[in-house]
Amino acid sequence: MKEIIYYPGCTLKNTAKNFEDSAIACSEALDFKLHELKDWYCCGTVYSLTSDDLMHHIATVRNLLRVQEEGQERFTTLCSMCYNTLKRSSKRINENENDRETLNSFMDEEENNYEGKVDIIHYLQILRDEIGFDIIKEKVKRPLKNLKLAPYYGCLLLRPNEVAIDDPDSPSILEDLITAMGAEAVYFPFKNECCGAYETVAEVDLVVERAHNIIGNAKRNGADAILVSCPLCAFNLDNRQKEVLEKYPDFEGIPVLYFTQALALALGLDPDVCRFDLNYQPVEDLVRGIEQ
Amino acid sequence: MDEEMVRIYIMGKEYKVPGNLTILTALEYAGYQIIRGAGCREGFCGACATVYRMKDDYKLKADLACQTKVEDGMYLAQLPFVPAQKSIYDINKLKPEVGTFQELYPENFKCVSCNTCTKACPQDIEVMDYVQAIVRGDIKKAANISFDCIMCGLCALRCPAEIVQYNVGILARRLYGKYLAPRAKHTRKRIEELEKGMWEDEVNKLMKLSKKALKEKYKSRDKEA
Ligand code: SF4
Ligand code: SF4
Ligand code: FES
Repeated sequence: MKEIIYYPGCTLKNTAKNFEDSAIACSEALDFKLHELKDWYCCGTVYSLTSDDLMHHIATVRNLLRVQEEGQERFTTLCSMCYNTLKRSSKRINENENDRETLNSFMDEEENNYEGKVDIIHYLQILRDEIGFDIIKEKVKRPLKNLKLAPYYGCLLLRPNEVAIDDPDSPSILEDLITAMGAEAVYFPFKNECCGAYETVAEVDLVVERAHNIIGNAKRNGADAILVSCPLCAFNLDNRQKEVLEKYPDFEGIPVLYFTQALALALGLDPDVCRFDLNYQPVEDLVRGIEQ
Repeated sequence: MDEEMVRIYIMGKEYKVPGNLTILTALEYAGYQIIRGAGCREGFCGACATVYRMKDDYKLKADLACQTKVEDGMYLAQLPFVPAQKSIYDINKLKPEVGTFQELYPENFKCVSCNTCTKACPQDIEVMDYVQAIVRGDIKKAANISFDCIMCGLCALRCPAEIVQYNVGILARRLYGKYLAPRAKHTRKRIEELEKGMWEDEVNKLMKLSKKALKEKYKSRDKEA
């Protein structure tokens, strides 16, 4: 079985346990084991844009150093936010020897210097590039027939350009996964609209508006559920449906799933690994539909 | 006098003191009276946090004044008090989850993993690791790592994110102790026995004995080898 070092991030250890558990189960079913990085540090969740602010890259370097110390040059993550922060930060550090030197000398208590060679890839890239959607299709035991899924990318998998895991303007990685699972990917022009991200803390109404638009777009195109790869997108599109309904009484809810939850179902795994109890909108009807 | 004298600088002023003294006693030897900033003098209370620097070295070091011997060329200053923020809570009303920390100590989540706290800790605790354990909601891990913390305050003084690590750590230990640690079954059992009055007759008998009889009984009691 192939193995890759896996960086969970904080949210997957808490509110997004449904993302982590389903992904770990899928990876075992696909013979590509996720092996959790022994010591890892919160990525900081936002990439620091200030050019002279190195402090906010220390967490990244320490993570990269831990991977280096395990003798590896790449690792993966599931959360789009962790991916984006770690990817951008590691790019900067790997490409900039001066920064690396400053950071290494700051971390004088570390046994080793970080050498600038470790790269991060998103789990979706493993599915596409290392396992391959053909193989996944072969391993599907319970095709998600008759299910129409809206692939939601949000921002962090696609922007900025240099960290995009697919064509930033017209990505297809999630659509291809959906097809491999035997479901139908609906046309979804709002798939890379921002969900409002952190504004959800201070500007609930802004996020409610965005969620309403994005979900409306998915529904008008016939989606039965929305697929996401980010706990914050999941919160804004799933949990915030409560506030959307308060504002728009005619609003009808729609389940929001992590792509790994859908994949676990398609691979015929025990639905318990999906921890659907942590999804806000009920998913039971959808699951029953697949099982029949 | 056979002990060697060393040259130290207390708040910039030079003194010669015996080299076998701790920082704390050296300060007193030099004539300072320590009213705040000392307690047990045994390395347990955490009151004597101090920072110092060695001659010609840029590094600011941190330690316990009662546990660290003076060395030639030390620049010293004693910290009387660490003015750190502390949240007030009722442990019975808290939940052992990450949200509790987000509410009571939101600054904990600003940690940038610089590890400055760990470098400052005189107890050699992996302070950053317990702060990070809390960021990811692992209260048990945070409680275990921070177990030896004596709340000296040095980590908090050095933290660029202005986290008060030790108050966060003690909250983790309290939550762990109250809600997460496995309960000892035999203690529960014994409490039940006590509540049922299992020993009441014995105690009553003892209460009725004369002082002399009691002494006799005490002398002839079973002793563990
Ligand atoms: S964790 Fe902080 S307060 Fe506790 S002993 Fe270490 S430096 Fe002192
Ligand atoms: S000093 Fe503060 S910011 Fe740095 S690792 Fe410790 S807790 Fe985190
Ligand atoms: S005086 Fe108590 S630890 Fe130093």
